[in-house]
Amino acid sequence: MGFLGYRRKDGTCGVRNHVVVMSSVSCANGVVHAIGRAFPEVKSITHTEGCGRAGEDLEMAIRTLSGLGRNGNVAGVLVVGLGCESINAKNLADEIGSAGRLVAHLSIQDAGGTVKATAEAMGIVKDLIRQAHVQEREACSWSQLTVGLECGGSDALSGITANCLVGAVADWLVEQGATVILSETTEMIGTEEILRNRATDPALGKKIFDLIVNQKKKAEEILGPLASLVISPGNMEGGLSNITEKSMGCIIKGGTTPIREVVAYGAAPSEKGLVIMDTPGSDIFSLTGMAAGGAQLILFTTGRGSPVGFPVVPVIKVASNHQVFERMNDDMDVNAGTLIDGASLVEVRDDLTALVKEVAEGKSIKAEINMQDVLSLYTTGPSF
Amino acid sequence: MKQNVIQIHPKDNVAVAVAEIREGEVLVGISPAGMRAVTTIPRHHKVALHDIKAESPVIRYGEKIAAAASLIGAGEWVHTHNTKA
Repeated sequence: MGFLGYRRKDGTCGVRNHVVVMSSVSCANGVVHAIGRAFPEVKSITHTEGCGRAGEDLEMAIRTLSGLGRNGNVAGVLVVGLGCESINAKNLADEIGSAGRLVAHLSIQDAGGTVKATAEAMGIVKDLIRQAHVQEREACSWSQLTVGLECGGSDALSGITANCLVGAVADWLVEQGATVILSETTEMIGTEEILRNRATDPALGKKIFDLIVNQKKKAEEILGPLASLVISPGNMEGGLSNITEKSMGCIIKGGTTPIREVVAYGAAPSEKGLVIMDTPGSDIFSLTGMAAGGAQLILFTTGRGSPVGFPVVPVIKVASNHQVFERMNDDMDVNAGTLIDGASLVEVRDDLTALVKEVAEGKSIKAEINMQDVLSLYTTGPSF
Repeated sequence: MKQNVIQIHPKDNVAVAVAEIREGEVLVGISPAGMRAVTTIPRHHKVALHDIKAESPVIRYGEKIAAAASLIGAGEWVHTHNTKA
């Protein structure tokens, strides 16, 4: 059992077959955008990084960009650099190429400016598209799939309907051998004991516990009195009695299986099953980290309504209630609101796992149809 | 009858009201059927499915989310007034 996807040389599988043009530094974004306008089927990845950062932020940007290039959904990448930046375009292309992707790079300074670089890039991209089109879908197993989980714009029903539904799907995916990434460390505050006990061994349990406790400390240090905005029950009138209950409503989307690994932002898990990625709760940073960690598909729950998608990853939108499903129907793929009318969780789960397979095999979801290609690299420190 | 509560996990000793439930109304959506709310349960709030003794865990999502601050009777509203961390 599995799905028809694009097999890659490094053993992963694509649910899409995208050609990507990526800037290694923000100075190259103009050329990348020009190529994106000329080839609408090409996915542009631009960002604000690539120079003027040091230490952890520089490492994280390199890890994230190379991870995005190595995502199973990517067939080939052209990396466009300026020439004097700290994230060198050739090195980045080499890292992506090490995973068996088609790669090319060019420097705007070496090409002789914007016009010449764009012309050169056009030729390279045409060639990448031609080579990518040769690939066909073949049988892939669920163990070659990584699914990221996200919630954004939550409401009182998110923890009752949509997150419970996604949790049931997460358990199903783990049972099939897939990898599932639970992210958003801030939204785990209050569940550190519960998650520690779900780790496969005590050392990992301690790592999870420390990660969450440190995130709480960091929020208190930086936000001061405003920390209560991220570490309070949030909605006592809505029936949440404490922070543990609120955060359980969030992490239930990871399901109930043991936690096998904790990975840094943008890093690829080495284990199958349920893993935690240390990301902020802010949606776009989190989506970008999980895509860089190899997620070829993302399940995103929302109660108030979020339209976002991701350039190279289908983001399936699961509405927590009828109202948002109807009001923002152009952005919503699944209505978990039926659960409050008595729909059976098992039946709704089976519908969503069937949709996951269809999307894995090429069915377009709303965020793809709307071209909701949103991406942001997470950073922690100052720029120099 | 229209469903008015959801029990999220089989181990849970509370269910969540999907609409306001008045005192005396039957809880629909749990088994065994026939249990009644003994207080009003506001929409999206929790109702105890069994007696929960003081200091005993309040279980939602199959996990302990709080402890009972005093005895909570089956059918009673469960919130900050009768739970503690």
